Amino acid sequence: MKRAVVMAAAWVGLVSASPSPQVDEALILSDALPPKLQDFGLLVDGKTPAPGVVPYHLNTPLFSDYSMKFRFMHLPKGKKAKATGDGLLDFPVGTVLIKSFGYPADMRSPEKDLRILETRLLIHRASGWVALPYVWNADGTEATLKRAGQRMDVSWTHLDGQKRTISYAVPNANQCKGCHVSGMAMTPIGPKVRNLDDGHQLQALAHAGLLSGKTQAVRPMPVWDKPESGTVALRARAYLDANCGHCHNKAGPADTSGLWLDWDQPADTNLGIGKRPTAAGRGSVGLDFAIKPGDPAASYLVARMASTEPGIAMPELSRSMTHEEGVALVSQWIREMP
Amino acid sequence: MQAAVIALMATAHVQAGTFRVEPGDGAQERLQAALIEAKPGDIVDIGAGRFDLTDGLSLDVNGVTVRGAGPAATILSFKGQKGAGEGLLVTSDDVVLRDFAVEDSRGDGIKSKGADRIVYRNVRVEWTGGPKETNGAYGLYPVESTDVLIDGAVVKGASDAGIYVGQSKNIIVRNSTAMYNVAGIEIENSYSADVHSNLAMHNTGGILVFDLPNLPQQGGHSIRVFSNRVEKNDTPNFAPKGNIVASVPTGTGVMVMANRDVHVFNNILGENGTTNVMIVAYQTAFNDKNYDPSARDIVVRDNQHGRAGWAPAFPGGAELAAALGGNFPSVLWDGVGGTAANVHLKDPVLTVSLNLPAQGAAISLAQPAAYAPPSTSPAKDLPTILMPAAMEAATK
Repeated sequence: MKRAVVMAAAWVGLVSASPSPQVDEALILSDALPPKLQDFGLLVDGKTPAPGVVPYHLNTPLFSDYSMKFRFMHLPKGKKAKATGDGLLDFPVGTVLIKSFGYPADMRSPEKDLRILETRLLIHRASGWVALPYVWNADGTEATLKRAGQRMDVSWTHLDGQKRTISYAVPNANQCKGCHVSGMAMTPIGPKVRNLDDGHQLQALAHAGLLSGKTQAVRPMPVWDKPESGTVALRARAYLDANCGHCHNKAGPADTSGLWLDWDQPADTNLGIGKRPTAAGRGSVGLDFAIKPGDPAASYLVARMASTEPGIAMPELSRSMTHEEGVALVSQWIREMP
Repeated sequence: MQAAVIALMATAHVQAGTFRVEPGDGAQERLQAALIEAKPGDIVDIGAGRFDLTDGLSLDVNGVTVRGAGPAATILSFKGQKGAGEGLLVTSDDVVLRDFAVEDSRGDGIKSKGADRIVYRNVRVEWTGGPKETNGAYGLYPVESTDVLIDGAVVKGASDAGIYVGQSKNIIVRNSTAMYNVAGIEIENSYSADVHSNLAMHNTGGILVFDLPNLPQQGGHSIRVFSNRVEKNDTPNFAPKGNIVASVPTGTGVMVMANRDVHVFNNILGENGTTNVMIVAYQTAFNDKNYDPSARDIVVRDNQHGRAGWAPAFPGGAELAAALGGNFPSVLWDGVGGTAANVHLKDPVLTVSLNLPAQGAAISLAQPAAYAPPSTSPAKDLPTILMPAAMEAATK
């Protein structure tokens, strides 16, 4: 009954919001799970924000099968996010973090013929963060809630001029939590001060009245594929933090593995150096150590990053292809390790 | 299923509801949707038949019962799995899983993590192609949980352990069957477990109690292994190299490594080619100052022994057997820790200590000799593990 009323309200909101959307803050704060993304009024289309919704970027992002990602945040009127340490921004209730995923027809001209596949929302409600995955229709006019996830075939021409086709997986709501969890609570992953600090982004957010507190990280993360932004070791650690550290940390879903790959983990056994497999099964791929210094080929951390086989491949979600450039970076780091 | 959801919405979830899911088109999405939409107290009722699934399933709602029409009737097949590390993942408390089967998952069969008071009852996990290195690691895999009850499960073909309980507290594994796995049943880095009335047969090793370093929970202790049949564990080790169970010799009955207060009693043990009972320290080098690698305060008593030790399947095993007159002992301790380890091996069969001088010492330093229990008192009997009443009720 309650849900029906909310849905009716959302429908009225949608009609009145067209054609220039207006963010529906009441809907954001409600318990509703609106069936259409448009109900929120957050986006004009999959990659264009509505007024009051601001784009942001990360120094080193998660690899998701070479998809292009568009990130936005919406803060409730008059409220600010707060930066204290180098970690996650402290977002007020009413915040929405928005991420759209898409592929161009040809990666060599990414601005052309871009097809947005899905938009994921992470909404900070009074009860905590809620993850809602929305899947766009083929002509990009409407996105529908798919809490149980979905697979779809996607093709594009890759940077090497070759055609690629994958079975793209939109995660289900539980899989969202598979990564977005710390302890028992759902949490954002990306917008950490250390990964947002590119020298001006935090200042710009503060200037726009969206951020209070620090505008600089003590130890900012470099850009994983920009050598001028940091050493191989720092860029590899940034890559591991963004791609593995959200699960592989002391409070994350992979804590029991004893392999902790977040930015602040000291370079010891728990970082993988000389660490034997725990409960890895065939994920050990016949190797004794996560990281064998000097020998990436004998390090199962690398082998699991390179694999595309379920049960071996890491990360378990978001990837059906090998991120060759990421594997190369981590391999180089291990090769140069004393 | 949709009708069930609508019915639930109409009653605003005042009462527990049932989500009925049948096999057929869209089974992946329908089943996963039910596991997401369910509310505490609800039942997800999976019909008889075969469900061909492409992705792992997951449940993150407290107090949900997932039940099928029986482990031979309701089959969740992951033969065509494209993603996720396991067949079914549970991350919520007070969940009951019963009366269904998971087949051919690419990773683990059913994993529950941080899922307190979980009941696994009458479930089957099987890799249908027999023992293979490419099979998933664990059949049942509860980890980091308090109150774990596994009752009447059947697991076959796991390339690590059929039933594996890791980094957990207060555990019962009973009335279950583990066959053709590398390890039949394994309790690892866990506190307070009763493993009883199980059948562990045709594995590489039957029942393992292990502790490993560099993990959030370690110092495993207070484990009873009793009234089990641990026989004919004769499947050649097919674990992928690098894993700890890859070091388990083919033909091991019960193996205890680096734990304290482990009691092995009233079991029927036999036809295990390496040995019926093996008590050892963690064997490789480690750098964890909080880790105790030795097995200590161990009691082995009142077990019935059949044949054992005619084919010790580890490097140096044949030489050791020759030194002992041709046969390997039925009960073996590596001797690490000496008298202070307080190891009481009291079965009236050939019982040998290797008298290794220290953890990690080479097997060539062994000075095998018949072992007599020390004059120290054996560790006190351990209390019976009890589960909350609601968990026991859920097994009925």
